[in-house]
Amino acid sequence: MPRILLIEDDPSVREGVELGLRRRGHEVLAVETGEAGLGALDPFRPDLVLLDLMLPGMNGVLVCRRVRETSQLPIIMLTARGDDFDVVVGLEAGADDYVVKPARTEVLDARIRAVLRRLTDPVERTGTEVHGELTVDRAGLSVTKGGEQLALAPSELKLLLHLSASPGQVFSRQQLLECVWEHGYHGDARLVDACVRRLRRKIEHAESAPRYIQTVRGFGYRFGPLG
Amino acid sequence: MRPGATGFGLRTRLVFAFLLVAAISAATTATLTYRAARSAVLQQAQDTAVGQFRDRIAAYTVSLPLDEPALKDLCITLAREGKPHSWIVFAEYGRLRASSSDRPVSDVITRQLRDTARTEAHGSFQRVVKDGRPWLTVGMPTLYERAGERRPTGLVLYAVMPLDVEEANVAAMVSAARDGALPALLIALVPALLASRSVLRPVRDLRRAAAGIGRGELDTRIEVKGSDELAELAWTFNESSRNLERSVAELRQAEARARRFASDVSHELRTPLAGMLAVTEVLDEDAAHLSADTAAAVRLISAETGKLATLVEDLMEISRFDAKAARLNLDEVDGAETIRKTLQSRRWEASVHTELAEGVRVVLDPRRFDVIVANLVGNALRHGAEPVSVRLWTEAREGRSWLVTEVSDRGPGIGPDALPHIFDRFYKADEARTRSAGSGLGLAITQENAALHGGTVHAADGPDGGAVFTVTIPLEGV
Repeated sequence: MPRILLIEDDPSVREGVELGLRRRGHEVLAVETGEAGLGALDPFRPDLVLLDLMLPGMNGVLVCRRVRETSQLPIIMLTARGDDFDVVVGLEAGADDYVVKPARTEVLDARIRAVLRRLTDPVERTGTEVHGELTVDRAGLSVTKGGEQLALAPSELKLLLHLSASPGQVFSRQQLLECVWEHGYHGDARLVDACVRRLRRKIEHAESAPRYIQTVRGFGYRFGPLG
Repeated sequence: MRPGATGFGLRTRLVFAFLLVAAISAATTATLTYRAARSAVLQQAQDTAVGQFRDRIAAYTVSLPLDEPALKDLCITLAREGKPHSWIVFAEYGRLRASSSDRPVSDVITRQLRDTARTEAHGSFQRVVKDGRPWLTVGMPTLYERAGERRPTGLVLYAVMPLDVEEANVAAMVSAARDGALPALLIALVPALLASRSVLRPVRDLRRAAAGIGRGELDTRIEVKGSDELAELAWTFNESSRNLERSVAELRQAEARARRFASDVSHELRTPLAGMLAVTEVLDEDAAHLSADTAAAVRLISAETGKLATLVEDLMEISRFDAKAARLNLDEVDGAETIRKTLQSRRWEASVHTELAEGVRVVLDPRRFDVIVANLVGNALRHGAEPVSVRLWTEAREGRSWLVTEVSDRGPGIGPDALPHIFDRFYKADEARTRSAGSGLGLAITQENAALHGGTVHAADGPDGGAVFTVTIPLEGV
């Protein structure tokens, strides 16, 4: 029974989505504003936040940043396609995924479950791996850098685990969308790019010369090789 | 062909006209001057000569009759007194002929002069050109007075003098006039060029401004100088541009308003639709437990909500194309793989036959390319007939590599009437056709998406019937 906090200003969307999700077995708390949403985090303790980007008052991007300051709660943005700029800003602010409105409940539900799902490791590995300064604990699902625990959002953690499972192997953005985001195909590659940027900010020494997550122009990304 | 590419330009023509006028004036002036000067010079020469000759003869007392030596003496004496012109004197007295030269008879004196000289008491003269040399010939009868009446003595004296000096003077004048004409022409070039420049500069400005207007720089204006026809033209041009700018601005505003309206409408529709679409599942699930009529009504609402959502999504997509707000999110992908994924995600693999070139790397926007392929295949499945086939290959044209995607079906085809309009928005090939599952914007969006990739989409009827849609986009992206 995942607990979903829905922040949406339009009553019909709020009610509709709430109803649809509840029918699919989620526990939903729907609020109208960003401020109310932030206030509901502690008492409600949601597993995931469903966040409308276009909110009156405090907008969705700002809410997203606020949530990320204190927690690694999964966040899915509700957006309208064409508000491209908002999508990118929202992803940079730390959202894990986004759904374009209007959306059927089954789509919404699939995305929520995908974000909440633990990464299925193709190779059953346990224990910790050390990559340079990074220590990846696949069982405990945590990453430390120089002994410091890193605060990674679900999508960031999944991406890092997926890439570091096969150091040196190149993954196309579409492959990553399928494996990490479960987007089927034709997902939005900007999701991957934004997530890589956020991840680099947290693990790399110099973002302009990345050591761990390297870009292979025209093909995608790979972890290392650290050499 | 563009005018001005060949033939003479305005400048050349103006300069030519100026030079022609200058040449004609110079030539006319020279001719008139020559004629007036020549007749004045010759007139003066002959008047002097005739007067002198007459005086000399009058001062001379001839005692008649004369014999040949005396006649000769007379001629020599008279010839000596010829000043400033030297002349040769011939005398004719009855049968006697004598002259101051070694030839007794002149061959310059014409019969006509002889006849008039005998009869004219005052004598007569004639200008003769012989062998290219000009001569003045004067004939003068000598007279004697008798009972208050003057009568010819029968002795006729002729003076023949070359007019070389005068001719040379006149020739010098002519050559002076001719030599003056060339500098005059050169000098005429200056005003010609100035005039042509004064005409051409506004013309050039006008041309530049017109080109600017053509490029869409409707705020182009020309400086209006002076108050001549060219200034008037410039003023008219400016006025026309102003009006054009105003009407275009109005049109653009109207168009922007219309676009904004379409965009606003679709945006406004999206919110209620988001709420409706979220609950269609609930409706579908519970329809089974409702009475037959209610269930049918609920299912209808659910189905139409889905269609409406698609329509609104497509409308918004079109609005974005119209507002030039559509952007490509390029990625490098495998062409065949992309198409297979499109068919798989819509569960079309079974009904679509594919011939895809493997291993083709192409830079495109995966979402938009998915929409392109899905629209064409969806159309083929709906309006055409199976087997629907999708082919993919690469081509080299115009020095670039292109990815060609062809979707064909074995249906009735598009038909010549519908072909030109097939990509129009909301175009229904069959007026009586009921609303299909598509929004009516699918092909318009397909075309816009292809154009956004820097490519094209082409519709035709295949050789064995059925519609064939061909999408061509560059391999390396835009």
